[in-house]
Amino acid sequence: MSKYLLDKFLFTVDRDAELVERYREQPRETVTWWEAEHANRLLNCVDAERSTWLAFDDTEREALATHDYPTLFALGAHPFLTLTLFIAMFERDHAEPLGFQKEYARRLAHFSLPYPDIAT
Amino acid sequence: MAELVAVIASTHHPFYYRASTSTGEDRPPFADEWVRKVEAFRETLTKARPDVLVMVGSDHFHQLWLDNMPQFLVGKAPFYDANWYNEEREFGLPRMTLAGQEDLSAHVLREGLDAGFDLAFSNELRIDHSITCPIITLRPEADLPIVPVYTNIFAPPLPQPKRFVQLGRTIRELVESWPSDQRVAVIGTGHLSLELGGPRQFGPHGPDPQFDQKAVEWISSGDIEGCLAEVTLDSLHAPGNATHGFMDFMLMMGVAGEGRKADYVDTYDLFHTMEAYFTWYPDGGKA
Repeated sequence: MSKYLLDKFLFTVDRDAELVERYREQPRETVTWWEAEHANRLLNCVDAERSTWLAFDDTEREALATHDYPTLFALGAHPFLTLTLFIAMFERDHAEPLGFQKEYARRLAHFSLPYPDIAT
Repeated sequence: MAELVAVIASTHHPFYYRASTSTGEDRPPFADEWVRKVEAFRETLTKARPDVLVMVGSDHFHQLWLDNMPQFLVGKAPFYDANWYNEEREFGLPRMTLAGQEDLSAHVLREGLDAGFDLAFSNELRIDHSITCPIITLRPEADLPIVPVYTNIFAPPLPQPKRFVQLGRTIRELVESWPSDQRVAVIGTGHLSLELGGPRQFGPHGPDPQFDQKAVEWISSGDIEGCLAEVTLDSLHAPGNATHGFMDFMLMMGVAGEGRKADYVDTYDLFHTMEAYFTWYPDGGKA
């Protein structure tokens, strides 16, 4: 299990406008491609220098591939990263201001304190 | 020596820019009162006539990332570009460039290290809305050089609350020992109770109004001791999952000083968080 890698996916997709659209439209394909090509990329280094050991487990991969943000919350993905990226993908589908943000809260309503640990 | 002319603590609400600049049907009903309150708050900085701003905030996973995460970081650069694509996208924030005050940055880093804070530094820092929101609200001309100070309230493990207070006290000492005739204001932003990405987000008010009330009392009365007696890294989960940003208010209480009542206090209850604005004048406002 790698909360860090979940966060790294959310972080790197969120900051790239094209990737945000690609993940919205083709989530499973994007996750598969990202894990193969980018999971082991060191963000502050040239491409030739890479890590060798980072991979999702099946639960994490499936949660990302199905846009399942309640499960991402349960897995301890950083809530700010998840929220920001999912607003970018889905706020547009809601007519009412903050409609998506409120739905997001409702879908997490079964969680109570203490929330899943987000420490990486 | 430099003179500390104002200490300001504020929430940083990224919706303010869009709310305050929108017109007609797009303008939310709470905007006019919000603008009135912010302009009154702005006056408390303007009348202190600062030359330099020390800006305390927290990067929201923009430039600082989990592969190399500093706890406290000071910018030392001639310029700071500001705001990021996802802040433009979500909040409509403008791109900005602020000048840096490198002499004060160098002083804070050298003397801060010698005072027991192993401060990280950055010579190329793009700052985010934790620093640009108070520029927009308090100094929209964006014409004063800054020293950015970033704290980690975001990616655990976090420093303890008392460490934020200690850093605030140290920042004050460093500003007051800076060999310069400049007038310095220290401005820091954080949160009261706040939930982001959790079940209590975007409710009709902040997730924990009782905490907010207590927090405003601690800050406005300068009750550092009372605040430290109740606030722990664990306890801050209860009022909302993003409430660790309150520790930047605790840092600012450290700058202002134990028992030092704020000279200006205002709050504004918005739909999902309480706005809070505080100003202290170290010389009692005589300037």
